[in-house]
Amino acid sequence: MQIYLPIAEVSVNLFVLLGLGGLVGMLSGIFGVGGGFLMTPVLIMIGIPPAVAVATEANQIVASSFSGVLAHLKRKTVDIKMGLILMLGGLVGATLGVQIFKFLKSIGQVELLVTLSYVVFLGLVGGMMFIESLNAIRRAGKTGAMPKKKKHSWIHGLPFKMRFRASGLYISVIPPLLVGVAVGILAAIMGVGGGFIMVPAMIYMLGMPTKVVVGTSLFQIIFVTAYTTLSHAMENFTVDAVLAVILLTGGVIGAQIGTRIGVGLKAEQLRILLAGMVLLMCGKLALDLLLMPSELYSIGAGGH
Amino acid sequence: MFRLLLAAVLLAASPLMAQETVVVDLSQNRVEITATYSGSNIFVFGAVQRKAPLPEGIGPLDVAIVVEGPLETATVRKKEKKLGIWVNSEAVEVHEAPSFFTIATTRPLADILNEGDQRDYAIGLDYAVRPQGHAESGIEDFAAAVTRIRQEEGLYSQREGIVNLTDDTLFETDIALPANLVAGDYTARIYLIRDKNIVSDTAVSITVRKAGLEVWLYDLAHESPLVYGLLSLLVALVAGYGASEIFRRLKRG
Repeated sequence: MQIYLPIAEVSVNLFVLLGLGGLVGMLSGIFGVGGGFLMTPVLIMIGIPPAVAVATEANQIVASSFSGVLAHLKRKTVDIKMGLILMLGGLVGATLGVQIFKFLKSIGQVELLVTLSYVVFLGLVGGMMFIESLNAIRRAGKTGAMPKKKKHSWIHGLPFKMRFRASGLYISVIPPLLVGVAVGILAAIMGVGGGFIMVPAMIYMLGMPTKVVVGTSLFQIIFVTAYTTLSHAMENFTVDAVLAVILLTGGVIGAQIGTRIGVGLKAEQLRILLAGMVLLMCGKLALDLLLMPSELYSIGAGGH
Repeated sequence: MFRLLLAAVLLAASPLMAQETVVVDLSQNRVEITATYSGSNIFVFGAVQRKAPLPEGIGPLDVAIVVEGPLETATVRKKEKKLGIWVNSEAVEVHEAPSFFTIATTRPLADILNEGDQRDYAIGLDYAVRPQGHAESGIEDFAAAVTRIRQEEGLYSQREGIVNLTDDTLFETDIALPANLVAGDYTARIYLIRDKNIVSDTAVSITVRKAGLEVWLYDLAHESPLVYGLLSLLVALVAGYGASEIFRRLKRG
């Protein structure tokens, strides 16, 4: 059944969209990631205009992270104070991101920016994850666990210290603010929640305990993506509510199936699978940039 | 509509004008794009009126039907290899590019109509996009790219030999409108052709508009973006809450 999307102005098969939503939802259920970084490029590949894909995906992430954070709030695994600080940075970052997006859209480089950001970040995160899980699997073969080093870096020397009880941290607010800004910019430009950047940053840079990381990340993602959605809706008119609802429906069902599959797999295996997938996506996008396209010309919206 | 005016003036001078005129109608001159719109067909049919008997030795009658979407300006970008990657570099605004263009004829276009008229009246795919006057260097490449890309997307087409002509009097054809249609004012132009010259023409307008939920959402998104944005968020939050509630109950049950 074909469905005509009012803002994207294209007609797409309803079941393809539902299936896509479901598949990405399933992956995010298995791996515990938002899936925005997979969904946005796939939407662009099936012919949704990049600007609409990015803005609509932000709207969808609001729903999936809201659903996720409710569960975490019940288990008390959200550091609300840290979440608010990250959010503050995130809002500043998202404002910058939407402006950059708007400017590049006007000069026709938005596609390049989105693709480049994806190649760089998918490559980095995928590569790091791959190496790390390989090491973890090798280590698991030997006996004895890795001793955890307590890092004491330059981060601890910064001013404006604050106590974060839920995370058991006493650190400066500057690093979380900066992390927030960086992820906010990415969220606006790439149409992702930024969990795949936020989670490693929280663990390795801020030294937060793993159990509060996912909940806190989701908590701040709701606000940043909600703000991104609004900004894109008001500045670029590119949020397609119909598309978002269809993706959501598929995503919700897929996530529940995925969570059940994920339980049966080992953490290292999961991570190496995810890393492989991220690298595959990165490679595909990189090839698009490097190989000569079959059509050198493209038509943009009427420029006035 | 300068072109149509020009057509009328030129045809007034034609000696054949008084002898044959075309009468035409469409199965529908209103297309509504609803949420489930997946393309449609417009049946074009008409007849040739003759006020006097035809002179001896005159060539056969042919019909060309052009359906065209609203003319718009397209920004066309060309990719170039810079620092090892392919990026958009040169951008050219191509004016008077219709959002949709299809031509249906009784026989191959080149066999029935002279090239000058093809160009002047925009009859044929080669003249679908008509960049305006000032000869910017290489604009033809960009205009040709618009035709090529839209042809690939199913928005431009040339279908020769699909107009049925009966007894040199009645003609009919189906014009297929694709699913990725843009709303606006469309025109159907119908030409009667003899001896490679146009003998009569007429035009009918077709309104394509979004309808139902589609038009409501589109208007809301553009006229009150804040309300639309908030509404999108509300839908997302309700869906997120609903999903977690439903599955909590399922797990319990």
